[in-house]
Amino acid sequence: MLGERLILSNLTYKHEIMEGVSGNRGPAVRSDCFISIRPGGQDGLKIELAGKSKTLYGRQIINFVTEILQFFELYDADVFIEDNGALPYVIAARTEAALKRFIDSTKQFLLPEITKNRRETSRNWLRRSRLYLPGDHPKLMINAGLYQSDGIILDLEDSVAHDKKHDARFLVRNALRNNDFQAAELMVRINQLPLGFKDLEYIVSQPVNVILIPKCEYAAQVEAVDLKIKELKGERTEPIWLMPIIESALGVIHSYEIATSSPNVVALAIGLEDYTADIGAERTTDGTESLFARSMLVNSARAAGVQPIDSVFSDFENLQALRSVAKYSKSMGFVGMGCIHPAQISIINESYQPSKTEIEKAKRIVIAFDEAHERGLGVISLGSKMIDAPIVKRALNTIEMAIRCQLVEPNWKEEDGQ
Amino acid sequence: MDNKLVRNAAGRLVPEVFNGQTAIPYMGVGKFKPNGTKHAPPISSCADYPANGDKRCQTLRDALIKSGLCDGMTISTHHHLRDGDYIANTVFDIAHELGIKGLRWFPSASFPCNAHLIPYLEDGTIDWIEGSMNGPLGEFTSRGRMKGTAVLRSHGGRVQAIQDGEVKIDIAVMATPSCDMFGNANGLGGPSATGVLGYAEMDVQYADKVIMVTDNLVPFPCLPMQIVGNFVDFVVVTDKLGEAERIISGTTQITRSPDRLIIAELTARFCEAAGIIYDGCVVQAGAGGISLAIAEYIKAILQKNHWRIRVGFGGSTQYMTQMLESGLMEYILDGQVFDTEAIRSLNENRNHHSFSVFNAYNYHSKGNFTSMIDVVTLGATEIDVNFNGNVVTHSDGILLHGIGGWQNCLFAKNTIVALPLFRNRIPVIVDEVTTLCGPGDLIDVVVTERGIAINPLRTDLIEKTKDSGLPIKTIQELKEEAETICGKPDKPKFADKIVAIVKWVDGTVIDVIRQIAD
Repeated sequence: MLGERLILSNLTYKHEIMEGVSGNRGPAVRSDCFISIRPGGQDGLKIELAGKSKTLYGRQIINFVTEILQFFELYDADVFIEDNGALPYVIAARTEAALKRFIDSTKQFLLPEITKNRRETSRNWLRRSRLYLPGDHPKLMINAGLYQSDGIILDLEDSVAHDKKHDARFLVRNALRNNDFQAAELMVRINQLPLGFKDLEYIVSQPVNVILIPKCEYAAQVEAVDLKIKELKGERTEPIWLMPIIESALGVIHSYEIATSSPNVVALAIGLEDYTADIGAERTTDGTESLFARSMLVNSARAAGVQPIDSVFSDFENLQALRSVAKYSKSMGFVGMGCIHPAQISIINESYQPSKTEIEKAKRIVIAFDEAHERGLGVISLGSKMIDAPIVKRALNTIEMAIRCQLVEPNWKEEDGQ
Repeated sequence: MDNKLVRNAAGRLVPEVFNGQTAIPYMGVGKFKPNGTKHAPPISSCADYPANGDKRCQTLRDALIKSGLCDGMTISTHHHLRDGDYIANTVFDIAHELGIKGLRWFPSASFPCNAHLIPYLEDGTIDWIEGSMNGPLGEFTSRGRMKGTAVLRSHGGRVQAIQDGEVKIDIAVMATPSCDMFGNANGLGGPSATGVLGYAEMDVQYADKVIMVTDNLVPFPCLPMQIVGNFVDFVVVTDKLGEAERIISGTTQITRSPDRLIIAELTARFCEAAGIIYDGCVVQAGAGGISLAIAEYIKAILQKNHWRIRVGFGGSTQYMTQMLESGLMEYILDGQVFDTEAIRSLNENRNHHSFSVFNAYNYHSKGNFTSMIDVVTLGATEIDVNFNGNVVTHSDGILLHGIGGWQNCLFAKNTIVALPLFRNRIPVIVDEVTTLCGPGDLIDVVVTERGIAINPLRTDLIEKTKDSGLPIKTIQELKEEAETICGKPDKPKFADKIVAIVKWVDGTVIDVIRQIAD
């Protein structure tokens, strides 16, 4: 019976799978749904709905899932949904993921994109904090934009279990389009190559600003990702930046080549959990074991003109320790680090931005420089101290950073002069 | 019989008669003026009580029989034992054994542990509940399975109902953590310590018969006398009042939800920007996760400005007692205690004072403590675009919570409702609340993680915060934002049957809850 329908409906079925499932269920699940689709029969779509949202959204969910199934030309199936508050883009992702367990289709079911997320970012965008969100966990995505990290990473790699990779691709794709991430720069960490190439197919045309390439060891890997993005980009004009993550001894050695491998590389990040394991060391809070790697990474990044970005700090309850780690990291030359919990964000943002004293000092230097310039003086001094070009450059950098962190008005010279 | 409905001042259709009693439809805030005299219990004589002061009775069963327990009576209990309570359930176990029918249970609140009573509601031992119906009892009520019509009241409304004779208590069974043979009692000591007994004061004064049940009999006198034994008929000593760990938590915890922390921080920043937190202010704290976090942010504001809170109203927690001990708060006036630290403080600190909710919350009295409070922060299940609030049902129409002190606190000078914009896809800001519990003219500010809405009536607050940099939006904008994210939900379907009445603080009927349609 099923065979007849298959021929009639013109779809390519993966014949060995007769049920497609996706999502999560159970009493503890929030903002997610579970869906099981068994194609076949000739009785149309039979949809059974359970879960907490039934009274208020039941009718809408059934209509919506029906619409999606019909979009993929599936007209006969037994469908079971347990919904516990999934937003429409989550329901769509789960339904499509379940369906594509047994159907090969190039069609994608996409809701109208919210315009806010599609925003071009610059090479030297403010990247103090980037919040990691597991790619198969919708609940954590909904309010992620409110915590004010500079970037948000939807992770397809380590935080997603192997059997959830398929589900996560659809969810991340839809989240990029339809979850309001406020002002955050949008990043996706793809899987290690070659799996990561498949991830790119789902996200390149979506509002993503930066692709993180994990466990990067060779410049060729970055070049391959860059090429694949170019292939998939289509009509997209806004850039997709790259942030290779160095997580091994070999990667550290090749870090300069990696940083200069493509003009789209904007930052080099280090992943210390894997790195310390790779060199046979224990990861400690003061980080002596990774001093070489971190210094090397800062040096390579700066030599290549890209941003050096530090690893995450995994003890998210110890905010005191985080503060001192971030302070030390900034003193090494890093411009930002990863966050695994929203509580880390404000501390990290504060730690990497210039302090009041630094800003005031920088302002005095810039003003002294301007005055000397106006008077045609060759030698600049502030108080009893000589100021030379690198000091002025650093002061200008500090002020630029302060402006980007909204600590100083762009027209501060006029305001301060009043 | 109860079917005649009239439209009250809030536009809600309510009955004038239910459970065979008449009631007045809500007339607006402060509009209903009571008359007559307060209710009074019968006069007692010392001649009828043992001269040696020993009022002990062997068992609760004996005490109930001696109190004249019979069909159709009203039995009150109070909720200091929270979800650890054995006593309320035991009372009805006994009533059931004795074959008593048609009782009215009048607790100050119910908890999930009281789901034990559902069989008694089904077999006619209990006809209906007037109090709060939480969790399983709420669902039971919403499904239309209770014989009578449930009545929901605030803590202050409960006091008003007793005082005004709206509810006449036949037997009050009061679980008391410390008690002597005469019935003098307090909540401070013993294995089931609850701190204060504020809610019980009204019951013992107005009930015909009063039974004290304790697991900690102390030699006369039990001091301090939070309850004075002259009101007491019988004292029963039992092994255990309840499960200690469910009566009071070892420690209350501030929320760690990042979303709730945003709400708390915005609330505190709003209070500072609007100038409603200041040196010498009076605040009401709660023990909910958001409330505790708000208190922590407020603490930082006090420290920064070298300010002190004059009075903090309890429920008290370790966070409040820390403020008291560090000099950021001069006094705690406490109606209930939420953790063991607060019990310690109540025992040790003269400035931590136990008092009855009667004084603070009763609307039919000579002035109201709550209207002297500068800032109160509350939660809600729904707020509508007219700032009306719901605390008893969710948008799916099912009764799940009691009113507690919520309605009473609305009279504060600045009432802030702090809550997430949506919960598990369900918008919290809606066109019209499912059940009206508090009129919009009393709710001043709504704080969500995505913005703050100020009641248009509060032009002063709008003016003061307009340049604050806070995300001030209209309530309509917040509602639309929630619907953009979640989609607009359908409405639940209700049957005609009224399953519960919601009373306003003055005893008038503000709304009804209908049976949920299957």
